Formats: sequence, structure tokens, C-alpha cells
Amino acid sequence: MRKALAVGRKEFWQIVRDRRTLMILLFVPAFFLLLYGYALNWDIRHVRLAVLDRDHTAESRELVSAFVNSTYFDIVSTPASLSEVERLMDRGKARVALIIPEGMTRDLRSGRVATVQVIINGDNANTATAIFGYAQAIVQGVSAQLQVQLAGGAGGAPLLSVQPRIWYNPELQSTLFLVPGLIAFIVMISSVVSTSLSIVREKERGTWEQVRMSPISTPAYVVGKTIPYFFISLASALLIIAASMLLFDLPVRGSWLLLLAAVAIFLVGALGTGLLVSTMVDSQALAFLIGLLISLLPTFVLSGFIFPIASMPSPIQVVTHIVPARYFLVALRGIVLKGVGFGVLAPQFAALGIYAFVVLALASIRLAKERG
Amino acid sequence: MRRLGFLVRKEFQELRRNPRMFPVIFIAPVIQLFILGYAATTDVKNVPIIVLDADRSAESRDLIGRFEGSPYFSIAGVTSSDAEVQRAIESRRAWMALSIPPQYGEMIGRQQPVTVQVITDGTDSNSATVGLAYASTLITARAAELAAAARPPGAPRTGSIEARIRVWFNPQLLSLHFMVPGVLALLLMIITTVLGAMAIVREKELGTLEQLNVTPLKRWELTVGKLLPFGLIGMVDVILVVSVAVLWFEIPLRGSFALLFALSLVYLLCTLSLGLFVSTISHNQQQAMMTAVFFFMMPMIYLSGFIFPIENMPAVIQPITYLIPLRYYLVIVRGIFLKGVGLEAFWLDALLMLGWGLAVLALATMRSKKTLA
Repeated sequence: MRKALAVGRKEFWQIVRDRRTLMILLFVPAFFLLLYGYALNWDIRHVRLAVLDRDHTAESRELVSAFVNSTYFDIVSTPASLSEVERLMDRGKARVALIIPEGMTRDLRSGRVATVQVIINGDNANTATAIFGYAQAIVQGVSAQLQVQLAGGAGGAPLLSVQPRIWYNPELQSTLFLVPGLIAFIVMISSVVSTSLSIVREKERGTWEQVRMSPISTPAYVVGKTIPYFFISLASALLIIAASMLLFDLPVRGSWLLLLAAVAIFLVGALGTGLLVSTMVDSQALAFLIGLLISLLPTFVLSGFIFPIASMPSPIQVVTHIVPARYFLVALRGIVLKGVGFGVLAPQFAALGIYAFVVLALASIRLAKERG
Repeated sequence: MRRLGFLVRKEFQELRRNPRMFPVIFIAPVIQLFILGYAATTDVKNVPIIVLDADRSAESRDLIGRFEGSPYFSIAGVTSSDAEVQRAIESRRAWMALSIPPQYGEMIGRQQPVTVQVITDGTDSNSATVGLAYASTLITARAAELAAAARPPGAPRTGSIEARIRVWFNPQLLSLHFMVPGVLALLLMIITTVLGAMAIVREKELGTLEQLNVTPLKRWELTVGKLLPFGLIGMVDVILVVSVAVLWFEIPLRGSFALLFALSLVYLLCTLSLGLFVSTISHNQQQAMMTAVFFFMMPMIYLSGFIFPIENMPAVIQPITYLIPLRYYLVIVRGIFLKGVGLEAFWLDALLMLGWGLAVLALATMRSKKTLA
């Protein structure tokens, strides 16, 4: 243990001497969290809507006002012709167009199915899917309401209605969804980046022979290499979380102690990943490349940070199980937004613990081999 | 020119001496594109929903069956305990819950108004909004049927309104088509920026830059000689990943391949020069790595419009996105792939990207003078 501390001290001074690296590790993550947390959102509000109402009846106006009252759409233009609609869409002045044909109400009253047209700009598939869902729901809602009105049945109220309830984030702010994801992403990347060069650097510079000869056990060496990065990254992670609470009103509804434990276990796994990469290669360039390839995009895409895991094809869902950020995100969102306790999150903690143990063990085995 | 040839040859020899690099440079991006291309889907389907059925009647089973039959939902369990619903949502086993009240079937039979509750876990705001919309569509469809059935005999038949929704520019609304070109661009960026970023700083760290200093090599020869081999690697990668996108993912390549290839080279010029620039401003490889990742790669991922729409960003941030070459390249790849448009549609983006690449290359060459002196 004393030896591990000695390695840790040496590594720590090496980091401190490299002022730029230390500053980047400590403060840049918090800075970027602020930038991205502020810059990014995909709240679907105030989508630019063009309305071409050729029916001009109370019913058609009711349909239009249902779109407006949903708060998702703002009417930006009421074109007079289809070609004008087309022009608005092409230029991106409107992203959605609602076209109500002449005779909609007549059809409705005579028991036929009236068709209104909704045109969506699909160049961003993500927002288009959401708009698709809203438009469908709004039209169906109005349709059901008008049917009841016209039939004069059941005292005007529909027989079956939905009462939506949204838990934990009632206004559905995407910031509350994205900020925990950003925290996980930034912590993962800065950990992998900080350790993936640590051992291969010694090899490339020729100081590795000295390490080989020194009377220190391999696990102690691994622990010593990890400790300084662990404390630096922990400080940086707590700084990020504090910043998100202050600036983005991120609540911490659960226990602080549990949060700290989750961050710590995740950090050990992430640092271990970098260390493992470092033991497997013999040039820093290769370590950099592998470190980025296994952390940057997988954490972004496969963790449930942005893309819902349940929607992925099932073989890909299996792959997501080896991404530690997946478990950390469930734990983080659970503790911070839902205020749940260890009882519910035990599986996530177990998975993170196993991941950390496995990568550190593999790194030790690889290193022991290298030292001969 | 001969000197340049020597340098390029030396770089290739160095690459050859490091054979473990090749699978990482050529095979890893292909594998990643396979996995990430499928995973990066913003479609919301198979949302796990838990049902609290306090009624257990034929009517309630009918409603559950509608959710079961919908591709948007998958039933994560049927329960009759509130606590079970709470636990399922807390542990994220279920993302939504459908709560059917007792006597639901009875009230429908007696034609009395009844309300079902849909609970959503709002922590994933995006899936929550879309899931809610799908759920209410399913339920209102049932409501419309009930309303039609409840019509007193002899009363006039009422019709309904149907939305015919058409999506322009991406008619099947495949987020695959939208995301794969983006993932492709990111992978190219990672590989080439990393290679460029390590190029000069490695010589610095190993002390061999001094040796290059005493050779009669000119500054531009050093930069170009360093970049050429990586440029070749990048070209092979472009061909590889574009083949995967077209042959495997069947993304229609509606525009010209030659144009795509040419503009991809311009993009490589940007990413390689960027890497080289990072290399000249760093003292060791770790610094280079951190600078590249935090100051250049992360902004590219988040602020390029790859996934977060630029028009949603605050007005102060939007101008920053013009500094990101990936922004232009994304417009170009998506344009060529999805819309089949040519230079006439994005000549400005192409020009800005070229200008960006040349400017950063010039900057890197200038900086390399300082480090050489």
C-alpha cells in the first residue's frame, strides 16, 4: 500500500507539473457542461406552422386552434394556395403545413371521413417523428370531440378520455433529460482520456524498464496509477454536478451519499478502461485512437443518453450491456430526478462494480505479463 | 519535391512498423458504423409500458390488446398494485404506465364517461412526449368507436376527420437514413484528427523533431509530408464507410459519388489540418489528446447539428456553429445522400469548408515554424 501511494504521488506531481493537462481535467468539463447544457435542447415548442384553411367553418377553426393551443405550433403564415405552401416549406419558413380541404365539415356532417393534410419537413427525422405523433393525436382528439358534438350524445363529453400524468419532469424539459447524460458522457471521456496514455507513455519514453525492475507488485502499481486521476476526476465530476444544480436547476432528490457512491464506482470503471487500453498497445497514438473509439461514440450512442435503448434492434440492445454509462445513467437519473434509493438501483450498482473489477483485473493481468 | 517524397516514405515506414494500427484504422470504423448506425435511432418504438388493470374485464383486455398490437409499445407486465407500477417506473423497467380504473368495462357498457390514466416517466423527455402522443392516439381511436356505437338509432351518422400526414425529404421518416451519414462523418473525424494530432508532437516528445530541424526540409514540406500518408488512409476509410452505408444500410446514394468523394477529401483536409494544428500547439501527446478531444471533437459532436438541431440553439450559440467544419460536411453528405442535390444546392457550404481547411492548414504550418525554430 505504501508503494502504491508512492506511485500515486509520483503520477500526481507529473500531472501537476503539466499545468494545461490539470486545468483541462479540472475545469474544462464544467465549462463545457455549461455550454452544452445551455445550447442543446430539442423541446418541440413553437414549430413554425402554415395553415391553409379552405373550409372556413367553425369546425375547421376549432381544428386550427387545437394546433395552436397545444403550444407545440405557432402559426407563421396563412398561405392562399398550395404552391405558396410549397414555397414556404422549401425555404424552411414553415416546418409544418396544415391543409384543410373545402367541404371538411360537410363531409363530417354527412357521415363521411374527411381528410386533412399535414405536411412535415422530414430533414431532421428526430423532430419530425415527434411532430408526426402530435399532429396525429391533435387531429384525432378534435375528430372525437366533433363527433360527440355533432351526435349531441353523452352530454358533450367523450365516453372515453385520457388523463396524462407526467412524473419527475412534469414540464418535460429536455434539459433535465440531457444534463445527466452530459455528466455521464463528460466523466467517461475525461477519465478514459486521462489514463489511456499513462502506461504506454512510460513504454514509449523508455522509463518502462525502470518500472519493470522496481520491487512493486502489479496491482499496487495499477492502484497507484489510478489514485491521482481518481481524485482529480472526482473533484471535476462534483464540480459538474454542482454547476448543473446551480444553473440548470437540476434537483438532487435522492441521497447525496448514494450519488457520490455511484459517481465513484463509475469513475473507477472508466479510469480502468483507459488503463486497460494503455496496457494493450505500444504507442500513444494507438492508445489515443482506441481510447476514443471505445468511449466517445459508444457512450454517446449506446448508453441511452440520447437514443432510447428499447427502440434499438435486439442484437444491438445486447451490445449496450457492456457500456458502463448505460448503468450509470439509470442510477444517476434515478437518484437525481426520481429520488430513488439503493434498493431499486442495486442491479445498476452491481453492474458498475463488476465492470470496474473486470477492467482493473484485466489491466493487472496484462501488466503482469508485460513485466514478465 | 524529392525531399517531400522521402518524408512521406519515412512516415509510411513508421506506420508499417506499427502493424497493430491497421485493424484499428480500417476495421474498427466499419464495425462501429455497423453497430452505431443501427443504434442511433430516434424512432420511438417498443416503449415498455406496465398496465395497472383494476378492472380485469373484456373491455379492459381489449384496450390492453390495442397497446400490445401497436409497434410503439411493448407490455412490460399487467399488475393490480399501485406499488408495483411505482417500482417498475423507478427502476426504469417500464417507461410508461396505463392505469385502467375499476368498473371501466361496466361504465363503458352503460355508456357513462370514463377516464383512463397514462403515466409517463418524464426523465426521458423526448420518448415521453412521443409515447404520450402515441398512447392518446390509441385511446382516442377507441373513444371514436365508442362514440359511433353510442349514436342513438335514427340519429344522423357523423363522420370523422383523418389526418393524412406526409413527410417531405425523408418520406419513410427513417432516422437510419438521417443518422448513418452523421455517424460516418464523426468516425472519419475521429480517426483522421487523432492521426494528425499525434503527428508532430510525437516527434517532439521523442526528441526526433530536432533531427528534422537540421534537415533542409521546408516548413510546408514537413506539414504536407506528414499529412499525405494520413490523407491516403482517410481516403480508404471514406470508401470503406460509404460502401457500408450504401451496400449494407441501403442508404440511397441519390447524388453523385464522385462529388461525395471529392468533398469528403475537402473534409479530410479540415480534420487532418485540425489535428496537425493541435499537434503544433501541444508539448506532449497527452496534451494533444486532451486539447483535441475537449476543444475540438466534443464541440463537433454537439454543435454541428449531427443530432441537436441548430435552429433550437440560443441565438448567441448559433454563430459558433459556423466555426465547425462538420456542420458544412453534414449538410453536404445529407444533401447528396438523401436529397440527391448537387453543388448548386450547397456550394456555399463546400466553399466555406474548403476555406476553413486551408486556413487551419496555413495556421498549422505557421505554428510549426515556431516549434522548429
